[in-house]
Amino acid sequence: MEHAAQAKRWYWQRVSAMVLALCVLVHLVTIVYAVRSGLSGEALLARTRGSVAFAAFYAVFVMACAVHVPIGVARIAEEWLGLGSCAANAAANAFALLLAVMGFTAVYAMVTG
Amino acid sequence: MPTLRVSIWRGRTEGGFVDYDVPRHESQTVLDVVTHVQRHLEPSLAYRFACRVGMCGSCAMTVNGVARWTCRTHIANVADGDRLEIAPLANLPVVKDLVTDMRGFFDKWARAKGRFEGRRTRDDDFARVDPASPARKLADAGIECIGCGVCYASCDVVAWRPDFLGPAALNRAWTLVNDVRDDAQRERLRAVAGDAGCHACHTQGSCVERCPKHLAPAAAIAGLKRVTARAAARGKL
Repeated sequence: MEHAAQAKRWYWQRVSAMVLALCVLVHLVTIVYAVRSGLSGEALLARTRGSVAFAAFYAVFVMACAVHVPIGVARIAEEWLGLGSCAANAAANAFALLLAVMGFTAVYAMVTG
Repeated sequence: MPTLRVSIWRGRTEGGFVDYDVPRHESQTVLDVVTHVQRHLEPSLAYRFACRVGMCGSCAMTVNGVARWTCRTHIANVADGDRLEIAPLANLPVVKDLVTDMRGFFDKWARAKGRFEGRRTRDDDFARVDPASPARKLADAGIECIGCGVCYASCDVVAWRPDFLGPAALNRAWTLVNDVRDDAQRERLRAVAGDAGCHACHTQGSCVERCPKHLAPAAAIAGLKRVTARAAARGKL
């Protein structure tokens, strides 16, 4: 079972990496546009407030991060910190939850703030 | 005559480097240097070699920090000025001086189901495999491995995770995964998946960089990841 779980984790990490590649690109372009346009925080929020498109995009971004990052973190925890497989996966799942909660909180603030 | 100052590891896990001055010659290989030291300066020096022409893979050592075949490595290409450091392969227990214990390395080939499991008997006709078929081409890409251990000694994941099967064993498994005559595919995929198998690889590529045969074990491992994911999705892992 562990073998199948590991193979599936790799699959999800790979799929989420594809999503992240696109999301990071769009995010960077957005940042560069915002900075070069000299937009203030208030001006940015005026554009994102109530925007379904921004909410959907960043929700996908957060989910992809919450899937992708913990799988790699578990590997690093095993190899560098010497954690066992169960402990590393438990720590990674907790980290995934933290990422998701923080990310969705930010998305919520962005579209309602 | 110009000389080369050579530091050679003496001892086992406990030990140290000892310096020797070796006459420098044109087209001299690292194996020539080690042989000179053993024959003229230090008769008790232990090292391993056989063919001297890059076919057997038994003379691999760490030369100036990099795992190489010593018989095919010219001094002119690796010496740091007139200095050379020669140590046993990393990630393997040292038996004595430059000789490593390769049992763990080859045991992992067995754990990765690196043995062909056929189902035909002598009464059956020959299997016909199209040389141009995609599976045969993938098997061909990795089939020339001679088990020298250079990739294994160069792999950081082996250093971090001693139970990791390593690039050579996984490369061997990949050639058999692509062998249409083999009858142990499910067992092999189970053997190579998981924490100690292909999923531990970070694709850092030292194995590809260092392989003296210019094989690409990292590509073989990537192939195993794809195939095991497909098998897992179908509930066949």
